[in-house]
Amino acid sequence: MKKTMIFSEEQLNKVNAIINRYPEGKQKSAILPILHLAQQQGGGWLDVSSMDYVASLLNIKPIEVYEVATFYSMYNTKSVGKYVFEVCQTGPCMLNGSDDIIKYIEDKLSIKKGETTADGLFTLKVVECLGACGYAPMMQFGKTYREHLTKEKVDSIIEECIAKAAANN
Amino acid sequence: MSKKLLLDKIGIEGIKGFEVYRREGGYKSVEKAFKMQPNDIVEEVKKSGLRGRGGAGFPTGMKWSFLAKPEGVARYLVCNADESEPGTFKDRYLMEFIPHLLIEGMIVSSYTLGSKISYIYIRGEYDWITDILENAIEEARQNGFLGKNILDSGFDCEIYVHRGAGAYICGEETALLESLEGKRGLPRIKPPFPAVKGVWGSPTVVNNVETIAAIVPIINEGGEAYSKIGVGRSTGTKLISACGNINKPGVYEIDMTISVEEFIFSDEYCGGIPNGKRLKACIPGGSSVPILPANLLLKTAKGETRLMNYESLADGGFVTGSMMGSGGFIVLDEDQCVVRHTLTLARFYHHESCGQCSPCREGTGWMEKVFTKIENGKGEMKDIDLLWDIQRKIEGNTICPLGDAAAWPVAAAIRHFRDEFEWHVLNPEECLK
Ligand SMILES: NC(=O)C1=CN([C@@H]2O[C@H](COP(=O)(O)OP(=O)(O)OC[C@H]3O[C@@H](n4cnc5c(N)ncnc54)[C@H](O)[C@@H]3O)[C@@H](O)[C@H]2O)C=CC1
Ligand SMILES: Cc1cc2nc3c(=O)[nH]c(=O)nc-3n(C[C@H](O)[C@H](O)[C@H](O)COP(=O)(O)O)c2cc1C
Ligand code: SF4
Ligand code: FES
Repeated sequence: MKKTMIFSEEQLNKVNAIINRYPEGKQKSAILPILHLAQQQGGGWLDVSSMDYVASLLNIKPIEVYEVATFYSMYNTKSVGKYVFEVCQTGPCMLNGSDDIIKYIEDKLSIKKGETTADGLFTLKVVECLGACGYAPMMQFGKTYREHLTKEKVDSIIEECIAKAAANN
Repeated sequence: MSKKLLLDKIGIEGIKGFEVYRREGGYKSVEKAFKMQPNDIVEEVKKSGLRGRGGAGFPTGMKWSFLAKPEGVARYLVCNADESEPGTFKDRYLMEFIPHLLIEGMIVSSYTLGSKISYIYIRGEYDWITDILENAIEEARQNGFLGKNILDSGFDCEIYVHRGAGAYICGEETALLESLEGKRGLPRIKPPFPAVKGVWGSPTVVNNVETIAAIVPIINEGGEAYSKIGVGRSTGTKLISACGNINKPGVYEIDMTISVEEFIFSDEYCGGIPNGKRLKACIPGGSSVPILPANLLLKTAKGETRLMNYESLADGGFVTGSMMGSGGFIVLDEDQCVVRHTLTLARFYHHESCGQCSPCREGTGWMEKVFTKIENGKGEMKDIDLLWDIQRKIEGNTICPLGDAAAWPVAAAIRHFRDEFEWHVLNPEECLK
């Protein structure tokens, strides 16, 4: 269970700035950007109470938020690891060896697609084309992409994460 | 060498920032446009022959002239930067490396259409590009190109970036508008077209990133000059994102007179196939368009050289031709398996179907299952006919063209590579290797 979500004053200012991008009375339009904020705040996923909180900020019904959060693939409605690897598996990436990369990560982390490691550090997701087909194989990692993946590159990304996690603790 | 209108300045250091962009002649089209009447700009765009670069190729000037203008009702311009068609990554390149070109085009287009608030709907995964665009917008504002009474023209304009959250269907314009309204991306029935009833019920023009960027050279050089580049109804330049088994994947700006063969094999573009392998097949316009075997790709059924333009790529219809689509050019070398590649596409469309229409929702899932069965060496001959049957039942029977987009690649794969499907059925143990 997560703690009830409350945004800081700075975040609430951001929420208001986002709502102001849309005409008066159309504050529901702000739902996607605000869910992105909530997911970031909530450790990479959205539980029911965070979604309810977003509904209250926008003055709409909770169901309107659930409907949206479950439709879009970037919102996680289940918990995920601290670091999420989202590896593309669509045609152009497949032609450049994405299947091998996925298999390599599965073996290396001893998890299957969609799973999280026991220490809660890594989640492996497979995703469909991310618009980086010319730089395949690739994955989304946080805010940016890691492209032209090789086994060596995967190793170094994993090491980078382990080092970061150790530094934070 | 092809003439470049969009990417000509991309190599200049600092072109991402306002100062260098402006020094290199950026934002001149805004100054020029403000001296023109909106109707005259629409005429220039019509003259240019520009066709929508999002994939459907609908004439942009005509779309703009269809925009309804009822008194007292706001109108909107929405830029489609959802770019999710497998094989397509051209808009990303443009936004990432020359973001002010899009902002400049947005200002001119907003002025022309009378849109005081315009949006860029960008796919959610392009998170860092959202920052790049927001930064460019802020720079444009600081320099007086956005906000109130821009350059004393009396025109007010704001541009906002709206980030999606992962759904291919939101690239379909009416699903995009639903998403912009804060709902699930479920396509609406057309007509009414967005030009009449768009976001929040107001008249709206939806245009692709590359289309809006192309407005800049059209205003700077004139519609007439733009229309002289290219051939026939394929005017101007086109961005092609090339990927798959080629030596130099990337984004290329071409004028539409070069041949497919030159595009694949010359060093100026894709640089040929790696490791001396042979060309097997190609999907020239993004995953939704028919795949072509090498012989039909390089020459039409009539034996003419096939060119990289709308008409030539479509020559032969769906039987022996394909489409320009979104310009996502996917090359397969001789070692690739068409069944396997098409399976990934079937899975993609199943994953992305919004679920509103049963032929699409059920049909895409069913196709994925049958493909998986064949790919895993468990297929029977009748499964190939079953696939053919399913795709035919989807095509034309759905609300939006995602259904067709799922059907066409399957139809073309079976039409041109039936022997490969049969090989899978006849050699089950080989498939599993
Ligand atoms: N760039 C990408 O990532 C992707 C592109 N596509 C492309 O999308 C295409 C299909 O797009 P659609 O929008 O469904 O095609 P469409 O032919 O229905 O419409 C094209 C454009 O013209 C406008 N239009 C057409 N008739 C009109 C009229 N009478 N009045 C006013 N406006 C009118 C539409 O509103 C739309 O903006 C496919 O051909 C495919 O190539 C598909 C998937 C992804
Ligand atoms: C399933 C589907 C996905 C689409 N995705 C995109 C897209 O990512 N980008 C885009 O510009 N157009 C996309 N389109 C086409 C749009 O509906 C629309 O035709 C286009 O944005 C109009 O702009 P244009 O006239 O400048 O091409 C898609 C269409 C369909 C059916
Ligand atoms: S064709 Fe598919 S994606 Fe399009 S509206 Fe129907 S179910 Fe949704
Ligand atoms: S297929 Fe992987 S990014 Fe496009």
